Amino acid sequence: MIRVRDLRKIYPTRFGENLVLDGINFDLAMGERLGILGRNGAGKSTMIRLISGAELPTSGTIESSMSISWPLAFGGAFQHQLTGIDNIRFISTIYDQDFQSNLAFVEDFAELGPYLREPVRSYSSGMRARLAFAISMIIEFDCFLIDEISAVGDARFHDRCNAELFEKRADRAMIIISHDAAYVRDHCNRWGVLHDGKMVQYDDFELAYADFKELIGWKPPPGWQELQVSTA
Amino acid sequence: MASASPSEEPVSRGSLLNSLRVNRRILGALLVREMLTRYGRHNIGFLWLFVEPMIFTVGVTILWTATKSVHGSDLPIVAFALTGYSSVLLWRNMPGRCIGALWANLPLMYHRNIKVLDIYIARLLLEFGGATISFSVLGLILIVSGWLDPPDDVLKVAGGWLILAWFGGALAVSLGALSHNTELVDKLWHPFSYLLFPLSGAAFLVDALPRFAQEIVLWIPMVHGVEMVRDGWFGDQARAHYDLGYVIPLSMALSVVALMTVRWIGRRVVPE
Repeated sequence: MIRVRDLRKIYPTRFGENLVLDGINFDLAMGERLGILGRNGAGKSTMIRLISGAELPTSGTIESSMSISWPLAFGGAFQHQLTGIDNIRFISTIYDQDFQSNLAFVEDFAELGPYLREPVRSYSSGMRARLAFAISMIIEFDCFLIDEISAVGDARFHDRCNAELFEKRADRAMIIISHDAAYVRDHCNRWGVLHDGKMVQYDDFELAYADFKELIGWKPPPGWQELQVSTA
Repeated sequence: MASASPSEEPVSRGSLLNSLRVNRRILGALLVREMLTRYGRHNIGFLWLFVEPMIFTVGVTILWTATKSVHGSDLPIVAFALTGYSSVLLWRNMPGRCIGALWANLPLMYHRNIKVLDIYIARLLLEFGGATISFSVLGLILIVSGWLDPPDDVLKVAGGWLILAWFGGALAVSLGALSHNTELVDKLWHPFSYLLFPLSGAAFLVDALPRFAQEIVLWIPMVHGVEMVRDGWFGDQARAHYDLGYVIPLSMALSVVALMTVRWIGRRVVPE
């Protein structure tokens, strides 16, 4: 269970204080997948960073009895001068895991072949995304934070990511940020719209999406077909 | 839950005690990472760790010998240069490596068991290791080849060396943490360290200075460390001036400042 209470985050800026999050409250239990919608700069990524523990809130608390991942698809943790293998070894040591079995998994999942032995800076962005995701999967967290994963990689990569996350790890808690509304709709069972530092929560995607569209001032173009809620 | 799940940790982090309970595993991983990043696997790889300071020291020794530098004593110039310049490398490179270290390693903050202090400690260990190996290897080579007499009191040399390292380390962590907040530190450290070099005791013996200059120079903490190293190496050949009652409390106070600054910055760090 993750318990977020009165979460506030203020960034000092040149033009004064910028209140990004102004009293966020929610609980998240195992098996719950919270999808967060919000316009650019609404504070979605800030919230993910606070929950990941990489950054401390200005005030408020995040209690957790679960182990929480770093934001997924996040490749920044790589040292670009190091090879893929060096990075796997580093993460394995940091989290006290068996390097050999991790290596085998990443070799199989990321399909980088001999490039695993090359410095990460020689990778294409798609290759980096595959390595980042594979490394994220070697640590079995209770709660996964997913920041815009659908933005990287090709269709095959997406399918494999979805299988790893939503099939093999369907029992975990997740917080998912994406501008791809269909992705959030299909993979979450709770939704939140972040606006002006507050988060409104919904149990029904269509309600959340309707409010979100109003917030961003989205007008359907002529002939637009509404997103269909999948009933499968 | 799967057995591979990492140990569950409370979300609160950055506490002084936690930071102090330095995790050997994490430090080991950070050390390997630093070494591979800095030296890579090309040519002599991590041997650069101490080959580079050795080249510096040898170069300075040759220069000082060639110019017959005045150092105010009849001590052999080789011994003088080795003890002096190695000491400079120790206190000067540690802050140099810690300033900006957090910016370079910011993404590591996403791994909740890596603390800000770990990043600095890893770099300190690397610098200390490099400078120490360089000092010892050069010392041994010079002794074996007959250029230098063995130290009079090895323990005292080590003591002086450790005091230099302690002061340098505390200074490095304080400046490193401050530099995350203001780039002034980076800008000012270069001229400061350059100006401190001739004042740090590397290029003179305190005993050779006039009385009033001695009193001024002994305010500089590094001077005490260098003098102690030389006291250990030369024994009765030279009169050393240092006061452990000054430099130890000072280093201790600076260490507290360092930990407080790290804690302060740890609460404010924003990963990209």
